[in-house]
Amino acid sequence: MIINCPYCGPRDLVEFTYQGDGNRTRPQPASQDYPAWNAYIYDRLNPAGDHNEIWQHSGGCRSHLAVVRNTLTHEIKSVEFVRDHGHRKSDGHRKTGAAS
Amino acid sequence: MSSSRATAGGLIDRSKTVRFIFDGKPYAGLEGDTLASALLANGVSLMGRSFKYHRPRGVVTAGIDEPNALVTVLKGEVREANIPAPLLEIYDGLTAVSQNRFPSLGFDVGAVNQLGGKVISAGFYYKTFMGPVVGPLKGTRFWMFCEKFIRRAAGLGRVDYAPDPARYERMNAFADVLIVGSGPAGLAAAKAAADRGARVILADLDARFGGTAKWSDETIDGMSGADWADMMVRELSGRDTIRLLNRTTIWGYYDDNTIAALERVTDHKAVAGKGERRHRHWVIRPKKVVIATGAFERPLVFPGNDRPGVMLAAAAERYANEYGVLPGSNVALFTNNDGAYRSALALKKAGAEIAAIVDVRATISEAARALAAEAGGELLLGHAVTSTSGGKQVSGVSVQPFDLASRSVSGSSRSITADCVLMSGGWSPAIHLASQAGAKAIWNDELQAFLPPESRGRWVGAGAFTGTFSTTAAIAEGEAAGLAATGGEDTRSEPRLVVDGALDPRPAPVFEIKASGKAFVDYQLDVTADDVRLAHREGFVSVEHLKRYTTLGMGTDQGRTSNVPGLAIMAEAQGAPIPEVGTTRFRPPFAPVSLGSLAAERYADLKPERLTPMHDWHVEKGAIMYSAGLWYRPMIYGQPGETVEQAYVREAKAVREAVGMVDVSTLGKIMVQGPDAAEFLDRVYTNMFSTLAVNKARYGLMLRDDGVMMDDGTTWRLSETDFLMTTTTANAGKVMQHLEYFLDVVWPDMKVHLTSVTDEWAGTAVGGPKSRDVLAACVTGTAVDNATLPFMGIVKGEIAGVPVMICRLSFSGELAYEVYCGAGHGQHVWDAIRAAGKPFGIVPYGLEALGTLRIEKGHVTGAEIDGRTTARDLQLDGMLSKKKPFIGSAMMDREGLTDDNRIKLVGVISLDNRPLNGGAHIVEQLEPKEPNTSIGHITAVCYSPALGKYIGLALVKGGKKRHGQRAFTADPLRDRFGPVEIVSHHMFDPEGNRMHG
Repeated sequence: MIINCPYCGPRDLVEFTYQGDGNRTRPQPASQDYPAWNAYIYDRLNPAGDHNEIWQHSGGCRSHLAVVRNTLTHEIKSVEFVRDHGHRKSDGHRKTGAAS
Repeated sequence: MSSSRATAGGLIDRSKTVRFIFDGKPYAGLEGDTLASALLANGVSLMGRSFKYHRPRGVVTAGIDEPNALVTVLKGEVREANIPAPLLEIYDGLTAVSQNRFPSLGFDVGAVNQLGGKVISAGFYYKTFMGPVVGPLKGTRFWMFCEKFIRRAAGLGRVDYAPDPARYERMNAFADVLIVGSGPAGLAAAKAAADRGARVILADLDARFGGTAKWSDETIDGMSGADWADMMVRELSGRDTIRLLNRTTIWGYYDDNTIAALERVTDHKAVAGKGERRHRHWVIRPKKVVIATGAFERPLVFPGNDRPGVMLAAAAERYANEYGVLPGSNVALFTNNDGAYRSALALKKAGAEIAAIVDVRATISEAARALAAEAGGELLLGHAVTSTSGGKQVSGVSVQPFDLASRSVSGSSRSITADCVLMSGGWSPAIHLASQAGAKAIWNDELQAFLPPESRGRWVGAGAFTGTFSTTAAIAEGEAAGLAATGGEDTRSEPRLVVDGALDPRPAPVFEIKASGKAFVDYQLDVTADDVRLAHREGFVSVEHLKRYTTLGMGTDQGRTSNVPGLAIMAEAQGAPIPEVGTTRFRPPFAPVSLGSLAAERYADLKPERLTPMHDWHVEKGAIMYSAGLWYRPMIYGQPGETVEQAYVREAKAVREAVGMVDVSTLGKIMVQGPDAAEFLDRVYTNMFSTLAVNKARYGLMLRDDGVMMDDGTTWRLSETDFLMTTTTANAGKVMQHLEYFLDVVWPDMKVHLTSVTDEWAGTAVGGPKSRDVLAACVTGTAVDNATLPFMGIVKGEIAGVPVMICRLSFSGELAYEVYCGAGHGQHVWDAIRAAGKPFGIVPYGLEALGTLRIEKGHVTGAEIDGRTTARDLQLDGMLSKKKPFIGSAMMDREGLTDDNRIKLVGVISLDNRPLNGGAHIVEQLEPKEPNTSIGHITAVCYSPALGKYIGLALVKGGKKRHGQRAFTADPLRDRFGPVEIVSHHMFDPEGNRMHG
């Protein structure tokens, strides 16, 4: 698999570290909304198809990338810096397996 | 002795003799021989015993599809099993042994299994050995009794435990086009692509390029196939845009055209060249791939089709034409297609007599008939072979009239004498790579074969791989593929003049001749046609189930010769067409891959390592070095005659009584800088850092978002906006990634910059009651007294002319300092501190003493911060700020993490004055024979010189509530049981007077 890092260019999978489901939103630091924290920490989407993922270019510029990847074909639809683009927002109350 | 060296012909060098040993017996072959061809040349046809029935087996193929002739190569202590003899190039001194026989290949006691053949059918083990015990000879207990005998009798090669002294390497390569296979189609594609200036890699698993052109009787452009191939290779080899990889198996086709290949660099050499690695693991990233992998000939399934001397027709042709070896002198052929006729003529030309050609078809093409006439021998159309005769070597066949419509034999049987039987059941394109690339194979009824599907632009196919069996057409298709892969127009040259090629490639749809006797589908795993039907009768309808139940196609040959015949027999049993039964998907690797090549330079002495600036000094002083991740750290500096325990006790005692020094350069160090750095640290640590004064340090705890402990360390405030964070050695990388994630993903607005500076600073910790005196004797530019350098204070100064930064902090519990300097000066500063410490009795100490000092003090490390424990579990409740949120603050209060009954940090003291074991359980009652309920476990142990006892740290349910109680250590694996006292983890100087002093 090759990820086209917006900073470094197309690079092999071995240079990247998967950093999880990109559909999650972290509650505000002082939030006491436990279901929201629980969803953020433990719920992961597992779609058969396009998936929002976060990858770090750990063997390169170390940027975190918002990657849309098809889990069936491994085709990568888009790659953007997370810090510019923000990860996909969801309400934090998402049920396990529900679409974002 | 029926096979022999032909008097002439072949690509071997008849002037160069090569001597080798097979099963302890010396033989001579010729340069260019494989083990299979050399043994055949020596009249050896018996090369192995079969998996289950121990039937004698000979070589069936001339390539990587070989299911029978698998041998073990011995190199010194190292055995490498299951090497196909047709792929093993011989060299002087090669030593190989046959497999799966006892005591010898000729006389094998396991062959008695043949008598009970009906008993050991598909599912035998499941039916006999699994399940409840019913009667004396059934069930799981019976299996446990029989297992050791069966394990010895079954299976193929044996592995050994000798370390592999060979070295391997990995290479990356990029190309415009990778061409897999160097037959006529592959060579034509390479030439076409190369002529357009493309960067081309041409790979072939054989030693010599050319594929079928090397051994077919066809002429191309008036040249022999072999000469034409050599000419093409010569034209390609002069160019710097072309890389030719022979002995290279392309074994994996992954996403984005990432290709894995194995190059066998030295396996064919008696002595490897200087610096040569045995295998090279290639990762090739071509823009396009041309797959020209050809096709595998299929055996026909008939009783006795596994007797030595029965082989594939094209394999025999290859032995005759490439190796100058006649597999027999009097040859019978059995076929369902035209291809075997060409093989018959090739053997005739090489010097064999053709006894008969038996064809299941009643009518054949004129071209085939002409070849048969030229080859001589009887032509039996509409006939089939129903059995073979002979013992360890075939001596003849029985034939009977065969009706194509009903696919059955009838009428009178007759015998034909032959010392070699060649069979051809049609061809299966080698579609493995296309299948790995994600494509589903498509059944072609005309060719009776699975063909590759449409490619989705990543690869182009050419030649027999696509079902194009004529050489003329294959060359044209190769050229077109080479052009297509480089984005060129299809302007292929004039058709090549190929003589001899135009045979009908379509076989009759016959895979099996039903007659009495064992007819093998999968030779390697001894699966017969009856086994396949039995699986069907027992309800295994899916092809995936069939495969697992019968083990069809699951051997190291991956069913190259057996998959399609097996499917065809299954389809017939189901009364369904073959495509409805379906085929299994091929997955990497295409052929066995050495694990060494995958490890490559990450193994043994080639593994990368991280060394501190003082590493050489430690080694020179006799330190035993320990690996900690990639780092190496001194464990003890042993003196002559000292045990490890004596050494660390001496070192730890010196720290408590005088002064010691230890290399702490491996600690993770991260610069956290920027206007928001203090706020950022407040969020990532459980305690406050924004309140920390400049030139002061503070111990901090980090949690994960789920509230579990992640790491600890001290962070030094060097200015308002600059912090130097230290982490544990093991977690440096993980902490960096954790911080980066939060800055980049969660709080992108924070103005903080992180830099890993682990390798920039060398660190020396100086600890003990006399440590201040030592620093006073060597530090200039600053005072180090208690007022200038209080506990957790930081000063800057110089040691021996080198700038240093000193922080007064203590892991040992003594008055102690960490001295940091530029890594390049590490040894210089270390030497200066040591010289200054000499009058005070300074000793260097290693990790064991460091561990002892911290266990006495109850300080935690990775053994306690194990990814499951919380700050409260480790008695660090006071570190959890209530004034601010931090990472993990929300989740750490979950009931599961605050339960009183969680295991918590305590100290343990051995009451029987014997050493404790890390990992041992703590139990309330001690009954060694009975299982006891564990109430926790020991995490770290040592002999404490300060207490004069064997002590440890432990995580025990109830924690403080058990202080003063007696319990027991239970360690059944190491047979260590005994009483312990549970105490506070602060076992030495609980008030901390020594470090504040």
